Amino acid sequence: MGRTDIGPPDFHEMLPDVIKKNYGTWKYHEIPRPGVLKHVAESGDTVYTVRAGSPRLVSVDFIRDICDIADKHCDGHLRFTSRYNIEFLTPNEKNVDLIIADLKKLGLPVGGTSPGISNIVHTQGWIHCHSAATDASGLVKAIMDEVYEHFVETKLPNHVRIAVGCCINMCGAVHCSDIAVVGVHTKPPRPDHDRVVAQCEIPTTIQSCPTGAIRRHPDQSMKSVVVKEDLCMYCGNCFTVCPAMPLADAEGDGVAIYVGGKVPNARKPPMFSRMVIPFLPNRPPRWPEVVQAVKKIVDIYAANAKPYERVGEWIERIGWEAFFRRTEIPFTEQHIDDFTHAVETYRTTTQFKW
Amino acid sequence: MADETPLLDELEKGPWPSYVTEIKRMAKKNAAAKDLLGIQEQSYKDRVTHWKHGGIVGVTGYGAGVIGRYCDSPEKFPDAASFHTMRINQPAGWFYTTKSLRTICDIWEKYGSGMTNFHGSTGDIILLGTTTENLQPCFDTLTEAGFDLGGSGSALRTPAGCVGQARCEWSNIDTLGLIHDLTMEFQDEIHRPRWPYKFKIKASGCPNDCVAAIARADFTIIGTWRDALRIDQAAVQEYVKKGLDIQELVVRRCPSEALVWDAKTQELKLLVDDCVRCMHCINVMPKAVRPGIEKGATILVGGKAPIIKGAYLSWVLVPFMKVEPPYDEMKDLLRKIWEWWDENGRTRERLAELIERLGFKTFLREMGLKPVPQMVKYPRSNPYVFFDR
Repeated sequence: MGRTDIGPPDFHEMLPDVIKKNYGTWKYHEIPRPGVLKHVAESGDTVYTVRAGSPRLVSVDFIRDICDIADKHCDGHLRFTSRYNIEFLTPNEKNVDLIIADLKKLGLPVGGTSPGISNIVHTQGWIHCHSAATDASGLVKAIMDEVYEHFVETKLPNHVRIAVGCCINMCGAVHCSDIAVVGVHTKPPRPDHDRVVAQCEIPTTIQSCPTGAIRRHPDQSMKSVVVKEDLCMYCGNCFTVCPAMPLADAEGDGVAIYVGGKVPNARKPPMFSRMVIPFLPNRPPRWPEVVQAVKKIVDIYAANAKPYERVGEWIERIGWEAFFRRTEIPFTEQHIDDFTHAVETYRTTTQFKW
Repeated sequence: MADETPLLDELEKGPWPSYVTEIKRMAKKNAAAKDLLGIQEQSYKDRVTHWKHGGIVGVTGYGAGVIGRYCDSPEKFPDAASFHTMRINQPAGWFYTTKSLRTICDIWEKYGSGMTNFHGSTGDIILLGTTTENLQPCFDTLTEAGFDLGGSGSALRTPAGCVGQARCEWSNIDTLGLIHDLTMEFQDEIHRPRWPYKFKIKASGCPNDCVAAIARADFTIIGTWRDALRIDQAAVQEYVKKGLDIQELVVRRCPSEALVWDAKTQELKLLVDDCVRCMHCINVMPKAVRPGIEKGATILVGGKAPIIKGAYLSWVLVPFMKVEPPYDEMKDLLRKIWEWWDENGRTRERLAELIERLGFKTFLREMGLKPVPQMVKYPRSNPYVFFDR
């Protein structure tokens, strides 16, 4: 048995010299061109950062490739961002073009700086998750191909943060993204009574349901549960605690789109994303309806928002009624909240637009 | 076996780098990666996942850090029949030497599928897919090389922070130092799940919140300052000279009307008491406006995604806390929160849900904190008030 509880390596061992020397004394930065940052320290030292996109799900050979670039131009150091981008740091301005040229050889895009679309934060999907209602990596690839220009250029009013969550667990900040694609089930779980008795704790399973839709099986001799289908909104929480309650379904599963969330406190406080498209079917390999819906929302935002307005700020200014009109997305009964804090979302004013 | 993958091949087209190409690259030399490709193609055909609920697997002495995963068609994909994930705690700020990365690659090529995520949503390095037998030797080799597992299950999840003072002039706290220190202090809480549910800690150096701490962390640390923004008037004038519409893009966008632009004197004035430190003016003019000097953090609690009772954004618990080693005030607060939550929380009840169920007032009393107006958007409107008699 090996050592335990050693924790991660000390980050100090990982820092390039220019970062170590100027730690905590950075003065300002500029973005000389998309994908390149220039930070200047109080000491007068400068560090250039070249940011490249990554598919996130990568082989060890991919990591070795980017290590080769870092060995060649960055003294054997690199870092990753919270959105999976790879960053190459160098104090030498002349290395910037060399790094970009080597990234080009690997087919990796340089960009992801503001205001544009950086990499999509996402989950595992069909690659590794048991509760996924859709794939994640494939959706991300299809969407990034479509909005690629906004990764390598900076021409949007502000960042558009996109996230993909393959179920409503929403691993990642999916619920506070400008545009969020969320895998949804639309059919209730099907308890497998033979397996419930062996694999599940019945009180925990009943308690896991946010709407009280799970009851003890009326036949006392059956150590199992039943689902009151009219109360079920397919969250899958029961499936998480009880594997014998599967709800995945090729026809019933798909994707919902949420918009207008943000995390930063800049201007308006952080906001939740709001559902605008309740369901689109899973159409692998490239989810054309989803990609087109995202593209359309980005395009209309780009054409209409004021500088620095995030998607949510733009929608608040023009009103949700104007958003649905301009995007031609139909407003349905699914859009009206009926969960725990629903009434807070109803319009308690006569102020609205036609 | 996956010799033909017509659906996935479609995802090798287009300008964005392809994860399918990456799996194929590994599939040439690794049987598990080859079956992963096959399973993914199968899911694209069937439009459902082919992974079963995780079983309990792990390494000796830990209850966390490994996600057990089994394929539902082991006869078809024997080399990915068990395909467990190891979460490896990242170094704070996600900085690496190539030497350390190459070491991880060599270990993972030997013991696993060779497929990875740099990184998972929480921040760990994700080593995707190995067998039950390989878990322990892989872990032993990783710890020999100086790496350790991160959190999973009902444990403290691997803390994460933004790039902070390593390369950002806006960071009001040393997020890397803080995150590393908390991670080392709470190794037991990370590796041995014993709570009602998961608990997340994230730290951002400024209110731009680049790691989405306010949305995702039960315990949210956001760097801020107590005094005034620092404005360099000459640099402001430089931006204006270069064509920045300061009135429209800076002053009008200020959410609390704390800025005044005097066009005659070319001076940007700050109404210090009105500033809510939102970062907008700093974001627009990084050379001219900087955070103040009296730095610390706002501590917020309760952030989480929807399961079970809906999503919550973190809300203010401590409006201002000094953040300096050894971070005792913060660690004491964390321990108090865990004790109360562990004592009172139901299974799978996150901190926000417990506070909502038992009352923020109760929580504040337990924490020994006095209520202040900064904690609320507005005071209550209903008359249903308890008084102690």
